[in-house]
Amino acid sequence: MKPVAFDYARPRTIADALELLDARPGAKILAGGQTLGPMLNLRLVQPELLIDITRITDLITVTETDDGVAIGACVTHASIEDGAIGGIASGHLDQVAAGIAYRAVRTRGTIGGSLTHADPAADWFAALLAFGAELEIAGTTGTRRIALDDFVKGAMETDLGPDELVTAVHIRKCGREARHGYHKICRKTGEFAEAIGAVTVEEKTGRFRLVAAGGSHAPVVFTDPSSLFRTADPLDVRSFDVDMTAAALRDAGMNADDYDLRLRAVAMQRAVKEAAQR
Amino acid sequence: MKKQGVGARLVRKEDDRYMRGRGQFVGDIRRAGMKDVAFLRSPVAHARITSINIPEDIQANVVTAADMASVKPITAVTSLPGFKPSNQSILAEGKVRHVGEMIALCIAPTRAEAEDLVARVEVDFEDLPPVHDMLQAREKDSPLIHEGWSDNIFLETLVDYDMADAEREAAVKVSREFSTARQCMSPIEGRGAIAEWDHRLEQLTLHTSTQMPHIVRSGLAECLGLDHGSIRVVAPDVGGGFGYKGILLPEEVCLAWAAMQFGHPVRWLEDRRENLTASANCREHHYVMTAYADKDGKLLGIDAEATVDSGAYSSYPFAACLEAAQVASILPGVYDFPHYRCHTFSAATNKPPILPYRGVARTGVCFAMELMIDAVARELQLEPTDVRLKNLVRPEQMPFDNITHKHFDSGDYPEALRQAIKAIDLKAVRKRQKKGETDGRLLGVGFAMYCEQAAHGTSVYAGWGIPMVPGHEQANARLTPDGGLELRIGAHSHGQGLETTLSQVGHEVLGIPHEKIKVVHGDTAYTPYSTGTWGSRCMVMSGGAVAEACDQLASRARGIAAKMLQCKPGEITLKDGRAHGPSGELSIEEVAHVWYRRPQDLPEDVDPAGLEVTSGYKPERDTGTFSYAAHAVTVAVDPETGEVEILDYVIVEDGGVLVNPMIVDGQIYGGAAQGIGTALYEEMIFDSEAQPLASTLSDYLLPGPTEVPSIRVFHMETPSPYTRFGVKGIGEGGAIAPPAAITNAINDALKNLGAELAVSPVTPRRIVEAIAAVRRSDAA
Ligand SMILES: Cc1cc2nc3c(=O)[nH]c(=O)nc-3n(C[C@H](O)[C@H](O)[C@H](O)COP(=O)(O)OP(=O)(O)OC[C@H]3O[C@@H](n4cnc5c(N)ncnc54)[C@H](O)[C@@H]3O)c2cc1C
Repeated sequence: MKPVAFDYARPRTIADALELLDARPGAKILAGGQTLGPMLNLRLVQPELLIDITRITDLITVTETDDGVAIGACVTHASIEDGAIGGIASGHLDQVAAGIAYRAVRTRGTIGGSLTHADPAADWFAALLAFGAELEIAGTTGTRRIALDDFVKGAMETDLGPDELVTAVHIRKCGREARHGYHKICRKTGEFAEAIGAVTVEEKTGRFRLVAAGGSHAPVVFTDPSSLFRTADPLDVRSFDVDMTAAALRDAGMNADDYDLRLRAVAMQRAVKEAAQR
Repeated sequence: MKKQGVGARLVRKEDDRYMRGRGQFVGDIRRAGMKDVAFLRSPVAHARITSINIPEDIQANVVTAADMASVKPITAVTSLPGFKPSNQSILAEGKVRHVGEMIALCIAPTRAEAEDLVARVEVDFEDLPPVHDMLQAREKDSPLIHEGWSDNIFLETLVDYDMADAEREAAVKVSREFSTARQCMSPIEGRGAIAEWDHRLEQLTLHTSTQMPHIVRSGLAECLGLDHGSIRVVAPDVGGGFGYKGILLPEEVCLAWAAMQFGHPVRWLEDRRENLTASANCREHHYVMTAYADKDGKLLGIDAEATVDSGAYSSYPFAACLEAAQVASILPGVYDFPHYRCHTFSAATNKPPILPYRGVARTGVCFAMELMIDAVARELQLEPTDVRLKNLVRPEQMPFDNITHKHFDSGDYPEALRQAIKAIDLKAVRKRQKKGETDGRLLGVGFAMYCEQAAHGTSVYAGWGIPMVPGHEQANARLTPDGGLELRIGAHSHGQGLETTLSQVGHEVLGIPHEKIKVVHGDTAYTPYSTGTWGSRCMVMSGGAVAEACDQLASRARGIAAKMLQCKPGEITLKDGRAHGPSGELSIEEVAHVWYRRPQDLPEDVDPAGLEVTSGYKPERDTGTFSYAAHAVTVAVDPETGEVEILDYVIVEDGGVLVNPMIVDGQIYGGAAQGIGTALYEEMIFDSEAQPLASTLSDYLLPGPTEVPSIRVFHMETPSPYTRFGVKGIGEGGAIAPPAAITNAINDALKNLGAELAVSPVTPRRIVEAIAAVRRSDAA
């Protein structure tokens, strides 16, 4: 379990990083290395060059924007856990961060690395889909912004081009009355999720996003409560129907067995319950 | 002086270097000119090797079976009638029989470069049908793992103690099928070895992470055709063994051969993927069992058919059938009942050989028997603890010869259970259970008991006839010129704290302060022969041997002191490190100083034997000590998700006289943590191609700090009548009962739903599916 020999570069600017990425087809971006490291050791990836982007200042800063915050791609789970994004959504996301892996992993793992890897069992993926987050992407031809829903093409599949870099995650500030819920079911502390339910409900705007994730199946986002709640009221926990939801997940194309579908539905139910209690 | 002898809660001496990161493990050792080894391992479970293509430029650095024709395969036979031996080639010859089997050895300056070589060697296979499951292996038309065998059974055994009588007399009959998953024992340090040839001594030196250096030496000598004297095996610090390091590895043989062949030191450090997918396999049992009882829950008999998945080869020295054959003799557990039948099969499959793991065979046996007791209790609507109390061997029966002729030396089994009932507060749990939990979870309480034969010796192992039969255990004791004590034992300490407990024994006999006692272990060049550390034997065997050697040393010291004090040796008493005579006294230090440094002060007729003794020990009976315990646990089960939380865990255990109760507590905590792994997490799944499905610790789940509750341990201390100081072996016990106790607790929680689990680990999926199955059958 040792990687093949590779070169290593640590550019200081996004432009330098992109240039290297463009010039060396066998190059791979290295952020926290918490996913890439094991993949290197198992020789699942055999890059010629690793481009370490964690010293690029723009990528490790959190900036307030007009409608929310922009989190640099290399901001770590640990710094979000410790309050780096300024208590957006009453610290809801800080808690999501705290539930990722163990502190040692959180100290290195980054929000951008996690979203780029697009593991359906990953926490940011589910939590930020519920927020309707957007990604900022830089390439040699310019930058673009894309909704996370569109960025993710499936389990471990994204819209990212080979010479592109995720630079930031944009999170829109929700209204005061917005409610969030997050429930992760995992075999033991620090494990990836077997099932995740993540929800955002804004009563005023009628905005509703309920995410089913976890395991190995691509996540599903529901924006219409009527196939999940008998009363179609997203805050009426008692009318949330686990069996209906499991069926809705199957209808949405989630190709999982009964146990997995139900487990997701239960996680969703518990996320809704948490949101309703806030 | 604070109490330092037998019974003292002394802080472990070895922890100072461990806690400061100064341990010396194989991976810490460097040698000039040393190169690293990586093995090309089979990606398929069952196939003929049709060709191996090694590129020209690396041929000098790649070894295959063709190069090692002079090396003998590992063959671990037993004398049990009908046993079929297997030959485990060091590197695969013609055929591979499990994923991970070694095909080639590649040498390079670093491990990464050695892995580069591995990637360049191409092997062509002709696939053979794999046998991935032990019951499949037993089928008539199953593919054969070994040519020339008539079936896939290493060994079949049958005992029958008038089972038919029980069938006639019983009021109730309860049948169940149980199984325990294949597991991987997971010491923090994997295996690893450095082999080198010493030209001065004309000796092969192997530093290896082993529990049994002397046995490894014998195994190497046999495979390599060397004299024992040409081999030195050193086990430096070893980061956990648990049985995984109680075997001769083909890697060790291969490395030794390579060191001799290449003329420079070679090193191999097992990585976690090799550990999980190629080697560290254990525990996989299957039982079909029927209990016969009267209407009050008194057992009349147990009828069982047990199969153990032994994997592809018989490993050295414990052999492929020890696990299943032991099942037959220990399944009755702590109970006394009149009839018994047990039919066992050690089945060969295309999986790595099954190896001993803490609580060898006992964990599976305890799971089957203790789940059965609860099943009987549910059938009769009795409290499971009442059924246990009706059937336990009683203290007044001790020493007790059970139905399979196991000789239980001492103890009060019902009292252990009563204390556990009290500690877990069974009444309060039942009350709370009736009320129900506000969060919808279901509360359950479970119990399990076992007794653990330990330190059993010649009379037991001669019967198995495996390559290693323990005889008298020896120790060497030497007074140093400054009055310190050096103790040398052939066993090895790797977490058991023997450097501390044997010092305590030395102190107990000689009164020398423990700081001045040094325990030397794990090196065939320095220590007397020993079969090593396994079977919870060291406190009894090495402890007894050290006491024996120290006794004799005391008598030698008394002889010298008598000369110095001008009295008879019989007039000298040794106390607190001083020799007291009728007319004066001396410290042991003074005695040693005069013997070594000022022999001119001693008369000519002094005994020339001096202050160094090697002596041996066997308990008065070598059929083993029997420590035992009652485990009790309460759990909360979430019926929606299958999540299990352990709310309370109690262990009442009797390990005889405890030399160091703090170390015993540590052994119990560690063992119980592993037992929790067996109960709830650990499972190495093989698919129908016999491919292992977990290759990292993210797929093979181990319990961590947050999964192991604070365990409350209570001790009883019934001395063994047969051993020095009355000690019993306790090292494995903690790992035996948790799967049974926890599963019983889960089944107790689910009993109103009618669901019952009989497979370990009890995963959330298994729980939810068991509940769903009941619902489906209710609906139908
Ligand atoms: C023991 C352990 C437990 C874990 N448990 C959890 C858990 O419970 N929940 C959870 O969500 N995660 C978990 N993780 C994963 C962890 O959160 C990782 O940190 C994360 O998935 C990847 O982030 P990284 O910064 O380490 O990325 P890297 O490992 O450095 O990179 C991952 C991939 O993304 C690419 N990449 C990284 N950054 C960018 C970028 N800005 N632009 C383009 N490409 C990029 C890399 O090339 C690589 O392909 C765990 C990891 C470990 C080791």
